[in-house]
Order: sequence, then C-alpha cells, then structure tokens
Amino acid sequence: MARRRLILLAPLAVLAAAGFGFFTMLNRMQKGRFDPHDIGNPMLGKPMPDFDLPGVGGAGFSSADLRKAAAAGPIVVNFFASWCIPCANEAASLANLAKSGVPIWGIAYKDKPPAVQNFLTQGGNPFARLAMDAGRVAIDFGLFGVPETFIIDRHGMIAWHHAGPLDDTSITNELLPKLALL
Amino acid sequence: MQNTLAALVTPGLIPELGHFALALACCFAGAQAFAGIVGPWRRHAGLIAATPALAIGQLLALAVACAALVLASLADDFSVKNIFENSAIAKPFIYKIAGAWGNHEGSILLWGLILGLCGGAVTAFGGNLPTLLRARVIGVLGGTSVGFLLFALLTSNPFTRLWPPALDGRGMNPLLQDPGLAIHPPILYAGYVGFAVPFAFAIAALIEGRVDAAWGRWVRPWAVASWAFLTCGIALGSWWAYYELGWGGYWFWDPVENASLMPWLTGTALVHSAIVVEKRESLKIWTILLAIGTFALSLSGTFMVRSGILNSVHSFAADPTRGVFILGLLGLLIGGSFLLFALRAGNLSPGGIFAPLSREGALILNNILLCSIASIVIVGTLYPPFADLLIGQKISVGAPFFNATVLPLAIPMFVAMALGPLLPWKRGRLAPLLQHAWWAALIATLTAGIASFGMGILPACGFGAAAWLILGSFAEVAERTLLFRTKAATSVRRARGLPVAVLGAAIAHAGMGVTVAGISGSALSTQKIVSAKPGDHFFSGGYEWTLLKLDSKEGPNYQARVATILISKDGVPLQLVRPERRNFTAQHQTVSDVAISTNFLRDLYVVLGEERDGEAVLRFHVNVLAPWIWLGALIMASGGTLSLLDRRLRVGAPVPARARKKLVTA
Repeated sequence: MARRRLILLAPLAVLAAAGFGFFTMLNRMQKGRFDPHDIGNPMLGKPMPDFDLPGVGGAGFSSADLRKAAAAGPIVVNFFASWCIPCANEAASLANLAKSGVPIWGIAYKDKPPAVQNFLTQGGNPFARLAMDAGRVAIDFGLFGVPETFIIDRHGMIAWHHAGPLDDTSITNELLPKLALL
Repeated sequence: MQNTLAALVTPGLIPELGHFALALACCFAGAQAFAGIVGPWRRHAGLIAATPALAIGQLLALAVACAALVLASLADDFSVKNIFENSAIAKPFIYKIAGAWGNHEGSILLWGLILGLCGGAVTAFGGNLPTLLRARVIGVLGGTSVGFLLFALLTSNPFTRLWPPALDGRGMNPLLQDPGLAIHPPILYAGYVGFAVPFAFAIAALIEGRVDAAWGRWVRPWAVASWAFLTCGIALGSWWAYYELGWGGYWFWDPVENASLMPWLTGTALVHSAIVVEKRESLKIWTILLAIGTFALSLSGTFMVRSGILNSVHSFAADPTRGVFILGLLGLLIGGSFLLFALRAGNLSPGGIFAPLSREGALILNNILLCSIASIVIVGTLYPPFADLLIGQKISVGAPFFNATVLPLAIPMFVAMALGPLLPWKRGRLAPLLQHAWWAALIATLTAGIASFGMGILPACGFGAAAWLILGSFAEVAERTLLFRTKAATSVRRARGLPVAVLGAAIAHAGMGVTVAGISGSALSTQKIVSAKPGDHFFSGGYEWTLLKLDSKEGPNYQARVATILISKDGVPLQLVRPERRNFTAQHQTVSDVAISTNFLRDLYVVLGEERDGEAVLRFHVNVLAPWIWLGALIMASGGTLSLLDRRLRVGAPVPARARKKLVTA
C-alpha cells in the first residue's frame, strides 16, 4: 500500500522538480545570469579571424589594428546595423559603456554608409573605430545575428560573446565583470 | 466603415467597457468556482443550482470583452497599448479583426473566452450529467478561469491604455498577416483549452472518489472534441510554416511545435484509455492521470514559450515577470491536482481483468507507446534549458534526435493501430486476428516491396506502413459487414447498423495512414537553389523551370518583388507561378510569399530569395505527396468528429429522479 502511495506521488514529485527548475531559470533570467537564447559561439576562446574592412566615410580597421590596440587593454567589438531595431534599443547602454571609458569598436553589418551615419547621428556614436562588413567577416566571427558583442583580450583572442542586445543589467552583471578579469 | 465606427462611440469608451467586462468575467469565474466546489461539498442546493447561470454569465462577459477589443481595433483606437503595438491604420480590415488575438495579450483573452465557452458547453450539453458532478466540473473550470483571467488582468491586460494616444500603430508582424494564421490560434486554443473539460471531470471524479463506466462515457466526447481541434490546429500550424516560412519543410521540431505535440500525444492516449474505462471499468487511475497530464502539458507548453525559457522561431514577447506569474498559477493548478491525485486516486476501485492479447492490451500498448513518444518529445524539448541550468552547457536538440528516437516507437504503434480494433475485449486469440488482417498485411508488404525498388528502405517502409494503416483500419469494418463474403446488399445493411464510432475510429486511423504516406513522400522530394536572371532555365525534379521576368509590385502595406516562372515537363508548359518577396516597410521585415502549385500528388514549390546584380536567388522544390500530410490530419479530425455523433455517447446514465428531487428540495 505504501508503495502504491509513493507511485501516486510520483507525478507531483516530477512536477515539483520541473517547477523548481523553471523557477530558477526565470529568476536567473530576470537577473541576467541565465539566457536560454544565448546560443554560444564556436569562436569563443579562439584567436579572432583576420580581416581588413573599409570604414564609413573615413578609414576602417583591420584585425591587425584591433590586435595592436587590444594588446594595451581588452576591446569590445559590437556588430550592429542601422536596419536592426534591437540595435537601436541597445544604443543608449552602449553609449553609457563608452562614456565609462571602455573602448568599443563597431562593425556595421550589411549596411550602407549614409544609413549608418544617420543611425549614429540619431542614437549617438559610442564607437572609437568604425568599419563596414558586407557579411564575410561576420561569418568568420560565427555571428548569429545583429546585434552581437565580443570582447577581444590582450592576446587577440575572443574572450566573451553576447548574442542579442545588451542592456544595463547585462553590461553590469556580465560584460564589466568579464572585462575586469582580463 | 472604420470612420463610422470611430464616430459612433465616445472615444475611449469601448476599451473601458471591455476592461470592465474582463474584470466582471473574473468575478463570475470566482463565484462559479466557489459555488461549484463548495455547493456540492456542503450539499447546498442554491449554490449548486447557481453554477450553470454563473458559467453563462462568465461567458457573456468574456464575449463582451473580446468584442470590445475587436471593435477598438477596428476603430483604430491607438490609446490602447496593445492595438498601438500590433495594429496600424493601413492594416487590412480582416487582420484588424484577426490581429486581435495574434499577440500575447489578445491571445490570453481568447484563451479565457474559449475556457468560458467550455464552461458554457458543459452547461448546455451536460443536461444528462448527475447534478453534483456537473456542478463540480463547472466549478473546476471556473477556478481555472479565475487563474487565467487574473493573469490577463494583472500582467497581460489587453486594455492597458497609452497616454497620449498614438496617431498610428506600429503594425503587426508581417509573418502573421496571413489568413491561415487568422484562424489558427482559435482552433489550436480550442484544442489546448478543450482539454480543460476532461481535466475538470478528472478533478471532480477525484473529489467524488468515484470513476465508473458512465464517467468514461461522459468524458470521452470532450476529450475527442478537443483532440480533433488540436489535430486541426497542429496541422494548420504546420501548413502555415510550410507555405509562409518558405523553407520547404513542414515540421521543424521547434519548441513551439513540440509544445503542441506533447498534449496531442497524451491527449490521443487519453481518448483511447477512456474507452477502456467506459467499456471495462479498468485503467481508471491512469486515465485520470492522463486527463490531468494532458491539460498540464497544454498549459506548460504555452508557459515555456511565453516566458522565454524555450528558444523558438515563433517569438512572443518573452517576459520573465509574466513567466513567474504563470508558473505560480501552473504550480497551484497542476500541483494541487497532482496532490489531490496522490491523496485520492488510491481509493478508486480497480476494474476488470484481461489477458495481454486483448482489446484492452492493445489499448495499453497504444498508451505506453504514445506516452513514451511524448516523454521523448518532452525530454528533447526541455534538455537544452535544463542542460544550460544544471551543467552550463549550450546544447541544441534538433530533428536528428527526434527522428532517430520517435521513429522506432512509431513503427510498433502503426502495427498495433490496425490490429487493436480487431481484437475482442478481455481475451483475444492470434489465429482469428491473422485471419482478419492477412490481406492488409500482404498488400502492405507488397507496397513496401515494390516501393523499395524506387527509393530508400525507410520511405519504402513508410509507404508500406501507410498502406497497412489505411487498409487495416477498415479491416474491422470489412469484418463486421462481411464484405465480399456475402451479398453486397447484406453488407450495406450491416454497414448501416454499424455504430458510428466504429466508422469514426477506422477513418481516424486511416487518416494517420494518409499522413504517414505524406511524410514518407517527403523523402522523395527534391530541391534546387539557383541564382537566375530572366530568361534562364533549369532542370530539377523532372521539371523545367524558366524565369520569365522579375517585376515590382505595390501591396497595401508592403512592396514586393515578383518573379514569373514557367514550369514545364517534357517541353509541355504546365503552370505559371509567381513567388513574391514582400518588404513590409513599417516593420523593416521581409517575408517571402511562396508560390505553390499542387495536384495533390506533388507540390511544385518556388521561393524567391534575395536579388543582386540583376540575378535572383530561386529555390525550386518538388514535394511529393506533401498535401497528404495535412489531408491526413483533416481525415483524423473528421473521424474523431464523426465518432462524436454516435448516439451512445450522448445518452447519459439514468439519474435517479428521486435522488435529484431530494437534492433540490433539501
């Protein structure tokens, strides 16, 4: 009889375990510590790919430029596009990040120079350097979509990656702690 | 029309009215839950008698709320946040109506309305139920409604206002601007929410501590109706993905799709195990568990998608705050039910015994296989978030896993599906079984054998299974009408005497066979991707495809590029098709409008992709038997609907008139 009771309790136990799991996920999602939509990046922990990109109006930058600059301190690389609404949403957070002294280099993905200039005039330009990519370099970086953000460490390696728009929470909880470690 | 509407009403009145009606519905639902649970418990005749009226009241209030939302949408009332975010003045009229449930808030309201309809339906069609059971069922439905209406009111209110009102809305996701998706949510939700009725019956039975044949007979039509709706809903969703997403496939094992498949699998098991309760008073505890579990899966699938836990191509605005509310609601509702189950299910008296080879045995096998497949789908769907949570690993589980694990279980199920109905209750024998089904098995083997010359072994087996299912499903009908063994007139007379449910079951099983044939056909499908300029022609799948021209077209709220393609076979022109690529300017979104030309044996499917330097990317698919996939689902659902017409289902157990009288006068 006791065994029968135990079996009948099994659905409740399964439900409780699943419910607890879901609750933890939701809780961590709210704190920005859990992101099921983050699909990871195969390039993580590997050297950044080689590239040489034109700029928007002015000069662009190459992987050699980036590696040289990163040797002095880690650099945040942000892929964005003027046609992407989440990119417009993260602009304010990126601007704050730039103001706090973190160098951000921008790569406009599948975009046109006038549209990019317009986008940066409207939303503010947080980028120390700016380049345009027709799509090839994004593939080398293992880009999932825009916006997507990487940290290049002192050795020119991809040390961190975030798919989707950054906000103040994810910057404070994830990006800045990672930068502090590098 | 829209201007008149806007002028007719005081600006802003309609949404307030809707908001009030929604709150009123929530109050009605609360009263309904109280009267339906406490009334029978305290044997309070007044409360019991009030339940039907409260259920109707809730339904009416919800109807007013939904009408208000649709009216506000038609009147372009952009002071309503939900309408501002999902509608626009330029949106076509029909989508101003259908768009009302195409977003999170509206869909929750629709969800509530259908739940209200369930309560109304139990009130309307439950006249033959014992009074106490009916009151309890309505009460449980009311309690469920309270949860969902509170969810709508507190976290997803479709009537939230904006101040100052916007001049124009943001427009709806262009992917949703499609007739299929206008009717898809109501049908799918009718399936999901419909399982609330078997759930309510299960809870009522646990409270009463009694499950008998009559209970099985009452619960089954509700389960079958919800199942038929869910079947149609899933098929519509898959069809939409096929023609709207333009990827050429029809099922992607996407979490949203899996979320609808899970309750379908357990719901199918429920429909079958309820037969055993009805005929043999056996499998009672299991059926109760299935009824609760199916509704739990209906709810949790939606929860996982809306809270953003599952990664999906269908993006509802993911919001963890809403997730916490709905998780709490689910915990209370499902947790409470399982607790009640743990406490009370042990008291249900076990029923008839039977041999392994019997109708009951076959139905149990069906249940084991269906629930195993459901478990696989659950594990595959939940593995990525839980792996991320527990071991911090990013894993994606896709089609290869599901195909490799579901197929081995589906095959024995197909075999059993045709044989089960041929077995007698209690105890069967192998010899008569083989005697009745040998011809179907022979034809199926021949089909597979012949097919294996033209294709791989797996699709050949698929076609064999399809033939087996279609023919085997009618083996019982053939048997009972003595087809080809007596005079045709006698067969016809016997066929007329057949219970409709037998015919319904045969049709539903055969529908599965049609779907299996369609799925097997996709293994023979071909596709080719080319970059073409006007005048180019290509050969693919036995057809010649010529790109004649590329033009621009202006739609109501989009600009489109149109390719005109001539498809010919052996030099004979067959068909002109015009796939489009639509750019919705307001939403910066591009949607392909696939051109499909079908003759029911194959679809010619053309997608127009990006253009560059005067060349357009084109994809040509020849999808063999593709329409059969959805046709089969439709046949399955109509088989289920047919069995609802069976007179035996509508005749209730006699309610002692004296008992009823005593209760009322008490």
